[in-house]
Parts: sequence; C-alpha cells; structure tokens
Amino acid sequence: MAFGAFSGETVVIEQPRRRSRAALWLLLPGVVYLAATYLAPLVSLVVTSLKTPDLTNFDIGRYQYAFEIGNYGHVIATYWPIILRSFGYSALATIFALLISYPLAYFIGVTLRTYPLWQALALILVIAPFFMSFLLRTLAWKAIFADEGPVIHFLQSLNILPANAHLNGTPFMVIFGLTYNFIPFMALPIYTSLERLDLRLLEAGSDLYANPGSTFLRVTVPLSLPGVVSGTLLTFIPATGDYVNASPQFLGSTQTAMVGNVISDTYFNLQDYPSAAALSIILMVLILIPVAIYLSVTKTEDLL
Amino acid sequence: MRRNWGVGIYSVLILALLLIPIGYTIVFSFNIPARTNVTWRGFSFDNWINIFADPRVVAAFVTSIGVGLLATLAAAALGTAISIALVRFRFRFRTALTVLLFLPMATPEVVIGSGLGSQFLNLGVDKGLGTIIVAHIMFCISFVVITVRARVSSLDPAIEEAGRDLYASPAQVWWRITFPLLLPGIVAAALLSFALSFDDFIITAFVRGTTETFPTYIYTAAVRAIPAQANVFASVIFLLAIVLVVAQQLSAAARRRQLAREG
Amino acid sequence: MAGASDDSGADLELVGITKQFPGFTAIENLNLTIPAGSFFALLGPSGCGKTTTLRLVAGLESPTSGRILIGGKDVTDTKPHQRPVNTVFQSYALFPHMTVLRNVAFGVSRRGIPDPLGRAHEALRLVELDHLAGRRPAQLSGGQQQRVALARAIVNRPALLLLDEPLGALDLKLRRQMQLELKSIQDEVGLTFLHVTHDQEEAMTMADTVAVMNRGEIEQMGAPEELYELPKTAFVANFLGQSNLFTGPVVSSGENSIIVEIAGTKLEVPKERAQRHSGTVTIGVRPEKLTLLTTRPVAASGVNVLGPGVVTDVSFSGVSTQYLVEMPGVGTVTVFAQNMVFGPVVNRGSEVWVSWTVEHGFGLADDERLEERSEAV
Repeated sequence: MAFGAFSGETVVIEQPRRRSRAALWLLLPGVVYLAATYLAPLVSLVVTSLKTPDLTNFDIGRYQYAFEIGNYGHVIATYWPIILRSFGYSALATIFALLISYPLAYFIGVTLRTYPLWQALALILVIAPFFMSFLLRTLAWKAIFADEGPVIHFLQSLNILPANAHLNGTPFMVIFGLTYNFIPFMALPIYTSLERLDLRLLEAGSDLYANPGSTFLRVTVPLSLPGVVSGTLLTFIPATGDYVNASPQFLGSTQTAMVGNVISDTYFNLQDYPSAAALSIILMVLILIPVAIYLSVTKTEDLL
Repeated sequence: MRRNWGVGIYSVLILALLLIPIGYTIVFSFNIPARTNVTWRGFSFDNWINIFADPRVVAAFVTSIGVGLLATLAAAALGTAISIALVRFRFRFRTALTVLLFLPMATPEVVIGSGLGSQFLNLGVDKGLGTIIVAHIMFCISFVVITVRARVSSLDPAIEEAGRDLYASPAQVWWRITFPLLLPGIVAAALLSFALSFDDFIITAFVRGTTETFPTYIYTAAVRAIPAQANVFASVIFLLAIVLVVAQQLSAAARRRQLAREG
Repeated sequence: MAGASDDSGADLELVGITKQFPGFTAIENLNLTIPAGSFFALLGPSGCGKTTTLRLVAGLESPTSGRILIGGKDVTDTKPHQRPVNTVFQSYALFPHMTVLRNVAFGVSRRGIPDPLGRAHEALRLVELDHLAGRRPAQLSGGQQQRVALARAIVNRPALLLLDEPLGALDLKLRRQMQLELKSIQDEVGLTFLHVTHDQEEAMTMADTVAVMNRGEIEQMGAPEELYELPKTAFVANFLGQSNLFTGPVVSSGENSIIVEIAGTKLEVPKERAQRHSGTVTIGVRPEKLTLLTTRPVAASGVNVLGPGVVTDVSFSGVSTQYLVEMPGVGTVTVFAQNMVFGPVVNRGSEVWVSWTVEHGFGLADDERLEERSEAV
C-alpha cells in the first residue's frame, strides 16, 4: 500500500483484467511524460556529473561533456561529513516523528472510533499543516524560538537555559523542524492502517489470555506495520534531501548544513553543476538502498 | 478505557503543537504594519484591507495559483488514464510501470530539482513559468494515480457494462457513468495535487529561472523581511481549504445519517 | 441499430458458439434456439459457462467462433449498445449517482425515444416502485433494487431480456416472492426471457424450458417436469433434485422393458424410459418414488424391490422424512417419505426393503462411474 494512505478508499472489487489496445492509449501519454520529465533528467544528472570545466570559456557555470568520474571522489572527500550528518539528522527526525505519531494515530484511529465527529475533527487537524505554507510555518518556529522569543525567555526564567543561550542554528532546532514537518506524513499512513484494524482481533487476543501490553505488541503493532513502513519512507526520504530547515535563513546555521544545502549552494551560488549533480546521484543511490530493501521484502504491486 | 486517557491528553498536545505555527502565521497577519513583521505591535485589520498593497506578493500568489491549476488539470488527466489502465487491463511491463510511478515519490526533491535543472540547462531550455508547470505536473502524477486507482478499484465493472447494455456509446458510458463515479477520487487527487504544487519550493527553485512563485518569493524575502500580506494570502488559502474540508466531511456525515434513516 | 421489438420478443439462436479464455475453454460448440416469448432458464453449477453464454448474447464478450442471431438477424459483430437486448445484472449494477427514475429512463433516453421519464414512471408502476422514483439506489432495499434493475431493462421492450442470477442476492423468502412476480411480469409484457441460475428450484418454478449446462455444454433441455421425471444423464439426475442411481449389466431385454442386475437383484426399467438397452447401464429412481417396507414384499409384476438393507440415518424435515438405507452390495439408498403419521415409521437399525413402480425408474445415457472418473481428471 505504501502511499495509498492518502486515498481513503477501502472497498476493492475484484476486477477482471483484459488485454486491449485501449490500455496502450491510456498509458502512453503519462508514461511518455514521466520518461521525459523524470527518467531523462536522471540521465541528464549522470551526464552533468561527469562534465569538466570548459577550457575555451572561463565564465562561471561553463562546463563541457566529459567522463570525469573523479568528480564523485572529489565531492565525497569534501562533503562526506555533511552527507553523514544529513542521514543522522533525518534518521533522528524519523524516529522522533514515529514515536510522536504512533500514539496520535492510535488515538484517532482506535480510541476515537466510537466518536466519528471527533475523529473527523482530529483528522482535519492532522492534515491542516498541509494547507499552510511550509516556509511560513518554519519561519514561525524560528520566531518562536528566537533569542528574544517566548520559549527562550521562559526557559531562562526557569534557569534551564543560561542568559546567552540560543536555540536557532543548533542541530536541535533542525531536527525539531524536520520532526515537526513530517509528523502528518508519518501519522496519516499509520492512522489508515490502524483505522482498518478489526477491534475483535484485540478482543480475541485478550480472550486468549494475552494482557493488554502483549496484545498491543503481538496484534496491534504487526497489523499497523504497513502504515509504519510507508510513514517512515514518507518521512525519511524527503527529510534527508530537505534543505529548508537546515538553512541559516530558517532553523539552521552553517554548522548544521545538510546535503540539500550543499547541492543548492554548489548549484545556485557556485554554479558548479557537475558537483551538484554528483552529490544528487550519491544522495539518490544512498536513499534507494533502504528503499530497495523494502522493495525486496514487499511485493512491487503493493508499492502504490 | 481509563488507560486511554494518557494517550488522549498526549494526542491533544501533539495536535496543539501541529497548530502553533499555523496560529502564529494567522495572528501575525493581523499585526500593525511596519517595515518588518517579526515583533508583535498590536492588532489591526490593515494588512487584510490592504491585501494587494505589495505587488510582488500578489504576483507571486497569482503565479502559484495559476501553476497549481494547470499542473493539477494535466496531472489529473494523465494520472486518471494510468489508473484506469492499471486496474482494468493486463499488459506487459506492469512491474516496471509501478516502479516508474513509485520512484518520483521516493526521490528526494533536491535530486528531482537539480536533475530537471541540469536537463533544461543541457537542452538550452529557458527556465520560467513553463518549466515550473512541466515539473509540477511530473511530481503530481504519482499522487493522482494512488488516489484515483483506489477509486477505480472500488467501482463495480458491471455498472459500466449496464451502461453499454442500455444503449450508451463508449463516449456516453465515460461521460455519464464512469467519469461521474470516479469524480470524488479525481477531486481528492486534484486537491492533493494543488496543495503539493502550491507549496512546492525545492523543485521549483531549480526550474523557475526568474519567475517567482509564492514559496520562492517567501524564501527570497525571508533574508530581508516578509511583508505581512504574505501571511494574509497564506491565511486566506488555509481558511478556504479548511472550510472546504469541513464542508465535505459534514456533507458526507449527513449523507451517512440520511442513508441510515431511510435504509 | 437497436430497434424496439414487437411485444412477443424475438427468437435467439446460438450457432456453434465456442468461447475460449486464456488457459481454458468456457463454452464448446454450443447450439441453442430459444423461441420468441418463452421463459428459458440456463441452469448449471458455477463455472459451467452459463454466465459466459449470457454475456456473449449481451455482447459483453465476443465468441471465439460461431454466430449469434436475434430475431433471425446476425448480431455477432455488433456492440452491446447496438443490440436489442437488455440485462438484469447479478449485482443489479444500478447507477449509484442517479435517481431511480433516471436509472430507468437511461436506456430510453440513449435511444432518443420521446418521453423517457413518462415511460420510466410506467415501468416503475409495473414493478410497484413509482413512489420511490426520486430515491438513490443506495436508499433502497435489496428487493427494491432488484425490481428497479428489472424495470430499467424491460422499459426498453428488448427483443430479449437476460437475467443473470437476478435473485441470487436476496434472502430465501423474498426470492420465492420475486420468482412469482418475475413470472407474472413476463406473462404481462410477453418478452423472451433468458434466465441464468444455479438454483434448480428457481429454474423449475419459473421457466417454460430449462437447459442444464455442464462444462460448457448443454446436457439436457426440456420442460421442467420432463427434466425431473426423465433425466438422461447422471449429472442432470443429481443436479436437478436427488436420485438413487444403480449401475449394472442388462441381463435381458423384453418387448417393453429391460432387466438390469444390481447386486444379484433384477430391476426392470421401461424401454422408452431408458436411453440405452444393452451393456452396462446406470438406472435410477427418485427418493420420493420409493416405498419403505419393514417386511419382505410379495413379488409382483410392475414393481421393483431392493433389500433387505439397514436404516443408518433418519432425518425429519417437516413435510417429509429422509431415510438413508445401507443396501449390501448396492450402496446407500435415499428414501423420502411423506409425514402422514406422527414420528418416524421406522427407526435407525431397522431392517427394511424399498420398492417402486417400474414406470418410475429411468435409464441414463452415461455411466455414473464414468462421470465420476472424468470429473476426477
């Protein structure tokens, strides 16, 4: 099911699948489009990542076609701590988002089931952040956690933080921002799988002498696992590539730069397209490894 | 039931946490206007009354609405066609197609962005409004397919056969039966697409050239100062979306109640 | 083009129809003629090809080979919407986004016939649902939905009305009621009905002619009484009600009857009720035709006697009681006895004989054991 969490349809009617030329005409436009705008740019990235500076034109951002594999070694040698940091931040944010979202999803999907109106309201609140600009929300956190802001004042008045303390620009804030941003992406798929959970299974569990704790661990958690897997993918993948939270203009500083910041800097400021492309390919490969592991343990038909 | 109290209180706190920055943004749309919109100076309707005061905000907002509408329309058409084929037909390379639809969602935006950016650079395409729309259609298709495919799967094929049986031509079956029945799924997919497109910053940054969308405008302006009108527009969109969602939920609940009463 | 037929419907002719799906053959060289105005039932177990036959007639599938003629006109290569045929689907397939009235008016509107809504009201009155014309299908009960589906089909006055297990989703009581209603509606509108079902009782109650289908072929066709009283194959004998079947060699053949030896007992079957008159044959008799006796009867001409056997099971089912009798060398014989007195006539473990009038026996064309063997393949 992976990302099917957004659909909300639960009925599936067995459909006889037939062969027909009609299938070709239905598929062709979309597939050609995706090939041209998704696959071709990936090829373009590989080509760009192997380019070398143009020796006939020394303007910034001028490169010629080449086969310079050394670009990869160069970016890895230069940026490996940042790549590592990206995965670290993203992994932490994913774990925090999971720990925060699971009880929330359980509450909405199971506890509130007998109160449909409250359940609908809670769901609307979970998806509400989708409708408010992501950048403005992140800037709101920046203001709330600013050195002169309410949070720091409060913590200083309790003597938890020293007088010259600041939160913005620290790894804590970047991980906080990433966690916050991806809670809905984590909570929704888990909610969907818990919402379909047959409560009679829990009764059967307690009937078979399992205490509430072991019923939860042995019945509820395994049945919600598809939701956990999709939520984790939906959080981990974009969080690793994110560069807004870690950017100095938002919650981060130069000390918290993630690989996305480097790609954007090398691309826009240095116009070093080969390095940006090489880093993108490296990022994609590093992310596709865990995704491929997921692919191999689930059926591909269940991907969507 | 008693042990669920803890989970309940915890959940309410998390929901509150989710809403804090939204509330902050809306509250600051009512701040007394000044050069910056960072410190609270007092309540005022000035920014809402002078919503069109900053032409750059208006232009960026209009661009984002336009891009969102066009990208949604195209992605909904392409994605719906793929969904129908996936559910109704057998064809070779089915697995390959599933992977192709899955990958754009499993690729970090910065990779898609730099890829499209390099592609347009290599091909010598001028970046601007057109390239933004091209990019947005691409990342919306997969989400449309997920949403609409579920709807097609829940549709009894006999209903369309009944249409053919009752003298409707293939075109009439599509417009009078299939399309209206898929519409709720297509609308849900369109809303999701629009939300994704309207809020996209990372991919857009790589393909926009000098065109400003609402998010790229905010990102650029964040260095200096974001005019309070940006908060106003964001609040308008937010409130509009919430009203739509609540209305849809209420009408669904009313329909269920009516069915329960009459059934 | 789909022309409305006159009120007597039209003949349906299937000529040498074969339908193959990837991996299996659903229908093998099927020839069938359904006369205009009749109520025809295709009866068979699931997977026998009856629904495929219906879909071929409706145009929802096209045959691998063979021709389909409606009212003498070849419609094999036309699309469903071009055929003067309407279907009542098993799932009803009502359009959920339209009112009952719009559902019923749909076909009439598509054909551009004037006053579709008036005709729809008329059809709804026929099924006594005009007062619910403004409702959505989801707001109706199963039986009401079924009647809307019927109205939606007959409003078009099709040359041929196809019914695909139309009562399958209803509970037993409603089903019996709808069977009678459908029958009376058919009498009223006089269209040709082709009804597909796996319910033998339904087929026999409603249809003038029943065709029993098995593995893509028609085993036997005829009036319900004829099929029941004189089944020609073991499949028909067992699918349509229950039968006691015995297999043995023909030991003598007289002018009017044959004598078959079963476990040392000679049983007589009238020649005109036996499909084969020599070799090893399977003969049968219906359980309700048997009489249970607690003493050995005196041999008489015109009566077959089997026994003695032991009663192994007695089960009471209201109007009748079913006895299972274990006959040494023959197997289990089932007897239905009307409950004319209180309590069972014989108890478990009793020694009994069974007898029946020679005229009630029948001889099959095939060998029951052959049937079983080919089924196991």
